[in-house]
Order: sequence, then structure tokens, then C-alpha cells
Amino acid sequence: MEIKRERLGSGADGEFRARQLRARDMLRGDLEGPELEQHVEESVLTTTLDKAANWAAGNAMFPATFGLACCAIEMMSMVAARADVARFGFEAFRASPRQADMLILSGRVSIKMAPVVRRIYDQMLEPRWAIAMGACSSSMGVFNNYAIVPADKFMPVDIHIPGCPPRPEALMHGIIKLRAAVLKQPDLGWRTRYGGRGTEEVVSDEELGDVINVPGAGRMGTSA
Amino acid sequence: MPDATGLELIAQELRDRDEDGVLDTVFFRERAAVLVSPASVPATLEALRAKGYGFLASVHGVDYFPEEPRLGVHYELIDMTKVDRIAVRTRVPVNEPTVPSVTAEWPTANHQEREVFDMFGVIFEGHPDLRRILMPEDYEGHPQRRDFPIGGEPILFTHNEGDVPGWWE
Repeated sequence: MEIKRERLGSGADGEFRARQLRARDMLRGDLEGPELEQHVEESVLTTTLDKAANWAAGNAMFPATFGLACCAIEMMSMVAARADVARFGFEAFRASPRQADMLILSGRVSIKMAPVVRRIYDQMLEPRWAIAMGACSSSMGVFNNYAIVPADKFMPVDIHIPGCPPRPEALMHGIIKLRAAVLKQPDLGWRTRYGGRGTEEVVSDEELGDVINVPGAGRMGTSA
Repeated sequence: MPDATGLELIAQELRDRDEDGVLDTVFFRERAAVLVSPASVPATLEALRAKGYGFLASVHGVDYFPEEPRLGVHYELIDMTKVDRIAVRTRVPVNEPTVPSVTAEWPTANHQEREVFDMFGVIFEGHPDLRRILMPEDYEGHPQRRDFPIGGEPILFTHNEGDVPGWWE
């Protein structure tokens, strides 16, 4: 059966089929000369490793399944059919902070809850991001009293989403903003903003010096 | 709900048992309440249980600032067969806020007395485990008292980030 798609590429008649045939030839090793050059130009993308890693990390964050208060209802409906954050790739809520890389503080954080939230954040693996969703976790909102503490007091927050509660669209907008920050300005993490030096989990070999980096011993599963 | 006359009859029965126990009766908006002295709270609740009010629905704390005695504890009793309710109230001064605990007779009072202690600082004598239930253990003060500052913290914005003490300091 002949596959024919008019709108791909230049839109010329039969171009998709031509590409298919060229790819098959390339796999066989039959493609040579300027045709091979053209094929490689069309199908290979060059970038830096950092950019590729940021692209992968920013496009599919796993939020932790962690609801605090009424905002959690909006967080849940963000995943449900109407808003459907799966369109953007942030729908995989993980049941364990070890598997998650995004913490959505959905609601008010009481003084008693703050150590728990902080521990969950600490249990998440780098790179990790935190979103303060709603007025309460950003500025304590209507619960600005003796029992509530804003998220900025005890953990670094990357995005603040206003609203009481924010609509699912607003939360999705915040996540897309965070994605843009991860993709375009990866250096604008919380360490840069809050001056958190010396808190890196993976330290470069130069900084480690000779303490751990014994020649031949290997580190983190790789040979030295 | 006992009407005003029924409330007086109940109060008279309670006075017959304990001369100085019942201080006053309040009938306001179809709600009946008996004001008793702190020491006679357990006996009053038991007498009302014998009359059919067998369910302690809730225990509240109240701060009547600036009236004296300031702190109040309300016991809400329900008769589940007649669908009838009556309140027992007591008042204690803030410098000696001790009320006998009724946890032994009414197990549901356990957590509620802890909450009243947490929020108002009323000490329930004889309570098996009187410690904070809502606020952190190391919290100072009783936040629902009227003279407790409402609290809250300066809100962190970008323009005052340098002035507000934050987590990184």
C-alpha cells in the first residue's frame, strides 16, 4: 500500500515516500555521496548535552502526589479530563518523593506541617523544583495568622501561582512557565537566586580533589 | 429541647442534688443552658445522663474577655431518643483555669479537652494525657485567647526580600 502524505516537508508530491526510501537505503548502507549528506542534514540535530538534559527534564516533570488543602482539588482536576495536563507531559504524579522532581505546595502549610513538607522536599532527587500554589503557601492568604507559615520561610520555591485557589489553567500556566525557565534559563535555579552554595549533591571532580577521587576506584558506577 | 419551664425544672432537680452547683440558667433563642461551678461539672453531667442526655456531642472553650471570670467551657449534651439537647457551661478565671476532667466518664471528651487546653489554656485536672493536640509541642501560648496576638508574618515579595528574614539566613 502506498503511503501518501501531502503536507509533510515541502509538500511536494511523493516526498514522504522518497524520504522513507532514502532512510531504508541509508540503513542498508546504499546511500552515498551528496544524498547521504542531505539525509544526515535533514535527520540529525546537534545540541549541547546540557540543553538536551534540560529539554528532557523540563518536558516531563513528575509531580509528587502531595495535597495540602483546598488547592489540591484544583491540582487533581488539572490531571482530570477537562484540563488534562497530560497534553503537556506533567500528568505522572508519583507516589514517592524519590521518584518525583516537582513539589506542588497545594494549600496552606501550618507550622506543624512545615517540617514534613521540608522533609519531603529533601527526599526528592536533584534536579527538583517547587511550586507554591495559591495565596496561602505564597503569602498565607486569608489564613495569615498564628498557625500558618509561608513556603519561602523553609524551602526554596521556583514558581508562585496566585489565586485562591488558582484555576487548573493557572496551575498549568505556572508549570509551563517553570518549563520555560528550565529550558531557557537553567542557571536561574534556586541556588542562584538564594545563594545556596555548597548544597550540591553531585560535586565535580575538581571540587572533590583527592578526597574521594582515588585513581582506579571509580565513582558512582563509572570507572575513574 | 427543654423549654424555659423545663429548663427551670431540670435546674431545680440539679439544685436538689447539689445546693451550690447551679449558678444560673440561660434560655436564649430556644437553646437551654445551665451555668454551673467548675467543681460540679462531672456530677451535673452524670445527673443529666441519668435523665437521658447520654451523648456528649462536644466540648468547647470560650474566652469572654473582658468579662470575669474570663474562660468558659461548654459541654453540649444530646438525648438521642427524644432528640433533645442541653448545654452545661462553666466559667473559670484566667489565673487559675482548672476544671475537673470528664474523660473517665465520657471518653469522647479526651481529645476535645486537649483541644480546649491547646487553644485556651484550660487545665483539665485528672485528664490522662493533657498535652497539645493541634499546635506543635514547643508552641508557646494559647492562640485562641482574645489577648493573643493574631499573628501572621511579613509577606515575602521580591521588593522586600532583603529586609524579611528568610530560610537561607
